[in-house]
Amino acid sequence: MEPVSIAEIERVFRAEYGRAVAVLVRALGDIDVAEEAVQEAFTAAADRWPRDGLPPSPAGWIITTARNRAIDRMRRESTRAERQAQAVALLTPDGPPQESPVRDERLRLIFTCCHPALAVDARVALTLRLLGGLTTAEIAHAFLVPEPTLAQRLVRAKNKIKSAGIPYRVPQGADLPERLKSVLAVIYLIFNEGYTASSGERLSRAHLCEEAIRLGRGLVELMPDEPEAQGLLALMLLTESRRAARTNDDGDLVPLADQDRARWDRALIAEGQALVRRCLRRGRPGPYQIQAAINAVHSDAAEPADTDWGQIRQLYDQLLAYTPTPVVALNRAVAVAEADGPATGLALVDDLDDSGLERFHLYHAIRADLLRRLSRCAEAVAAYEAAIARTDSEPQRAFLQRRRALTDRCLGDPVAGPEGGER
Amino acid sequence: MVQYLLNVYQPDAELPAPELARVMERVTAWDKEVKNAGAWVFTGGLHHASTATVVRAKDGDALLTDGPFVEGKEHIGGFTVIRATDLDAAVEWARKLSEAAGLPIEVRPMQTVD
Repeated sequence: MEPVSIAEIERVFRAEYGRAVAVLVRALGDIDVAEEAVQEAFTAAADRWPRDGLPPSPAGWIITTARNRAIDRMRRESTRAERQAQAVALLTPDGPPQESPVRDERLRLIFTCCHPALAVDARVALTLRLLGGLTTAEIAHAFLVPEPTLAQRLVRAKNKIKSAGIPYRVPQGADLPERLKSVLAVIYLIFNEGYTASSGERLSRAHLCEEAIRLGRGLVELMPDEPEAQGLLALMLLTESRRAARTNDDGDLVPLADQDRARWDRALIAEGQALVRRCLRRGRPGPYQIQAAINAVHSDAAEPADTDWGQIRQLYDQLLAYTPTPVVALNRAVAVAEADGPATGLALVDDLDDSGLERFHLYHAIRADLLRRLSRCAEAVAAYEAAIARTDSEPQRAFLQRRRALTDRCLGDPVAGPEGGER
Repeated sequence: MVQYLLNVYQPDAELPAPELARVMERVTAWDKEVKNAGAWVFTGGLHHASTATVVRAKDGDALLTDGPFVEGKEHIGGFTVIRATDLDAAVEWARKLSEAAGLPIEVRPMQTVD
């Protein structure tokens, strides 16, 4: 057998933790017991595998070991009849399934974690903990929450699942679309939290993007007939493809139009674009697919000037029909400005002045940019000031300050808005 | 099977009589549906929150306060206990009741008595 490195065990852990927990939750009917058993199995693996080599099916080994540990524990603790009955269920040969229906088990678990009866922050934490295998400390750090707070959030959520009887089941029929939306939203939230991270916490939070993409891939594999799941994965891959180009060596934010497109990740773009084509062919468009398509159009352009803004505007028209929110309307205005000129775009932005968007820096940043291009310098400077006052992110602030300084010259040359406008 | 308490949260201001009659008709139909499905356990309609008394034991005496425990514009107007396989099933009954009553419903799982 091949010698096994710790890195290899780590890889198996990342890839198989969610599966193993899902199977054990199903078999044991208890999330805490399942988590504990799987953790024990991985501890045993870290001990055994470097010595004995990687087993033929690492996932199967983990699941079997975890199951045996759980049985041992129950035997030791089986003072209560209920526990004994559980142990009996586990020992029955045709009792709990092992590897083949594993796919469905993971799917069940993600729908439980993303149940709408749980608060959104609890859904996010549970999904990362149970399916991603992230530790409480890692999740707390990524979301800038004190660890005890996060730990309590997890305990409370798991307790609600048990006490309130949140089912361990893939919703069927009419319930599925709404429930799938919640799963997709949780994954996208995890991704965005990692993507919009400011430079100070860049490393730990980039990990969230990786995790969200892993979850997205899992979902596409488990629900191959859901075009929105494919759309979400494509959207994340295409966004992620620009990560290296999105900041310069000083950690400053580089807007889409100024990015060095040679630094875009071609492999991620190719995968994302293939997914976009595949899901759109199904003819059941939805907001994630359309956002992915918008990103695919950007990825097509070798130079900013090659961007097909007409097509992007059309896609935003569609997106606005699905999700008529001020944020989408604002992004559409950016596309209109590129396709039909800054004056037309600005008129649309100004129409949004009582939409609640004026609380966010992006609204003012986009307005400032359009004003600058129309040589309305004083108004542009005021809008940059408003944007700077409304952002907490250091890279965003530095970017806006550079733009504001440029505006003093106010040449009216076309420069696209800050990145974020295209998403 | 888990038992769930469905609390109906009701504004203290009362509905005009014709509207109230329509609501009562719909809620009665819901009640019948729950019973036919074998999911019904118990129902209690309550008098207005202003008729409530809060009791606190103090040094062997009872300290009484007039009115409901929590001050507010809404109070529990009634409740039903149902049995359901899981929260999704309980939520579906609650959705129907909320539609019938035009009011929010709080779903609380009840502790199992062994």
